[in-house]
Amino acid sequence: MSASARAATGRDAGLPSGHVEVVRKRPDAIELELSGTWIVRGARPTIADVARDFAEPGLRRVTFDASALDKWDSTILTFLAALLDDLRERKVEADLAGLPAGIRRLIELAETVPEKEGARTVGRRGPWLARLGDAAVDVARGAGEFLAFVGEVTVAVFNVLRLRARVPLADLWLFVQHTGADALPIVTLISFLVGLILAFVGAVQLQQFGATLYVANLVQIGMAREMGAIMTGVIMAGRTGAAFAAQLGTMRVTEEIDALMTLGLKPIEYLVLPRVIALSVMMPLLCVYSDVVGIIGGTAVGVGLLDQNFAQYVQQTLRYATLTQFVIGIVKSFVFGILIALSGCLRGMQCGSSASAVGDAATSAVVTSIVLLVVADGIFAVICNALNV
Amino acid sequence: MAVRDEHERSDAPHIEVRKLTMAYGSFVLMRDLDFTVERGKIFVIMGGSGSGKSTLLKHMIGLLEPARGEVLYDGESFTGATPERRLEMLRGFGVTFQQGALWSSMTLAENVALPLSEYTDLEPAEIREICCLKLALVGLRGFEDYYPSQISGGMRKRAGLARAIALDPDVLFFDEPSAGLDPISSRLLDDLILALRDSLGSTVVIVTHELASIFAIGDDSVFLDAESRTAIAHGNPRQLLEHCDNPTVHRFLTRGGEMDPTREAHE
Repeated sequence: MSASARAATGRDAGLPSGHVEVVRKRPDAIELELSGTWIVRGARPTIADVARDFAEPGLRRVTFDASALDKWDSTILTFLAALLDDLRERKVEADLAGLPAGIRRLIELAETVPEKEGARTVGRRGPWLARLGDAAVDVARGAGEFLAFVGEVTVAVFNVLRLRARVPLADLWLFVQHTGADALPIVTLISFLVGLILAFVGAVQLQQFGATLYVANLVQIGMAREMGAIMTGVIMAGRTGAAFAAQLGTMRVTEEIDALMTLGLKPIEYLVLPRVIALSVMMPLLCVYSDVVGIIGGTAVGVGLLDQNFAQYVQQTLRYATLTQFVIGIVKSFVFGILIALSGCLRGMQCGSSASAVGDAATSAVVTSIVLLVVADGIFAVICNALNV
Repeated sequence: MAVRDEHERSDAPHIEVRKLTMAYGSFVLMRDLDFTVERGKIFVIMGGSGSGKSTLLKHMIGLLEPARGEVLYDGESFTGATPERRLEMLRGFGVTFQQGALWSSMTLAENVALPLSEYTDLEPAEIREICCLKLALVGLRGFEDYYPSQISGGMRKRAGLARAIALDPDVLFFDEPSAGLDPISSRLLDDLILALRDSLGSTVVIVTHELASIFAIGDDSVFLDAESRTAIAHGNPRQLLEHCDNPTVHRFLTRGGEMDPTREAHE
């Protein structure tokens, strides 16, 4: 009736090991003899090793003998706790008198406060249909919250225009600097590379027709209409949208937003509006800058690799550069700026009250802005198509 | 700066909480809270951790909306007021938060100055003077141009208090003022609250479970019980200690044992 099978492996490896022997004292009573060293880095039996002895019908009582037990730590407690739970289920009485006083006290301590009813239901997953329903409700509620937020910001904008509310100017200038001038290096790098890539990919295709001259058109139209606005949008979503969410989220965690509200200051006017204004004003400027840098990148490929004449390339670019192309990009970038700032601020304001919630808010802000950005770009494409521009 | 005529003052208790039920979604945290706070008194909201003390405070200052019931100031409903009226009433409140909640992008002086520049027509120089005075009142003379991240937790709490008293509020709310403070700083903060109450005449509402503070400065109190989800005791904390039969309240006020915490507080 030995149950120390597993412990033997520990002995072979030279590790300290714990053992348990099941001794049948009477037909309805058994004694568990605990011996050896029960520590985390040693080997020890599991509940499964002794459970089959309890399965015999007629067992009424279990006693313990720990006289040969050497060192022990929490491992013996987890073993005993599982054992006692098992015995309780089988309605077998357990007499702990044979255990060392320390172990008895700890077991009592762990069992003094009964498990709170319903505590375990938290975090339990429901059936898939319920989860699908919850997710759908969440999406609907999220959309509702976004619309409500857009509404609040719009009201705030009108309040400012009617001089009923003020935008904190010092903050506004700070955000203008953060979202504008400070973003120039990264916008330069990305736009130059995008222009370069556009020219290169275009050149490979156009070369087949001997039409490399049109690389200039491709780069100029591509940058002005699409890539300038999209790339600055993506950069600003990752750079500024996430920053807005993290700033407001942290202010939420440290109760700074509550403090503003108790002073009767509206967070929308005081925190959100300057950020939205700053980004929506700076985005078109960054977009124009990005267009120009992208076209320069294209020129570098056209002149450097495709052996085109510099003057010819510039002339080709200028001949087909229409204001409409640029205006489409600029209008887009203005809308993108508003969307990015709104998503960042909304996620920040919705932030929970922990450090990980701030991280989630920043992540969610970037995801939301990029999704909105692409959707808005699609809508613009449809509109431009309908208007024939 | 909130001036009301004396006639109005005598009518009603300063703060009245009527049948207030607080809930997060469908989860009811506390139901049917009913109590009044007299003008100029220090009122303690006490109870175990997680019993909803801070939540009650947030309901009283309008950061959370009650599921049922209302909160009245000078007989006028605050929870039922229009948003504009609510903003006006808010200006009579000063709130200090658990961690100070100073705006981290501003210096201490700018923190105190914000409510002043928003709601008064004072010149910048005058505002600066008031800020220095308020910071001096809480023992932060000379720290005007420090940022919140450059000072200790206890100083941040006091700076938060300076901001809360910037507009000379009618009611001062404290959320766990002594949490995380050493005993001496905590005692000094208690003395400061008493001194401010006596000089400004404000009503003070404090959320705390710090027994020494409760007995040292509390005039009146309400005890929130997480188990029964409502208030189970009202009254002066010292009298509650002597006369309250409720075992939960008694255990709380005696730190679970038989000690007499008032002795420490009276020393």
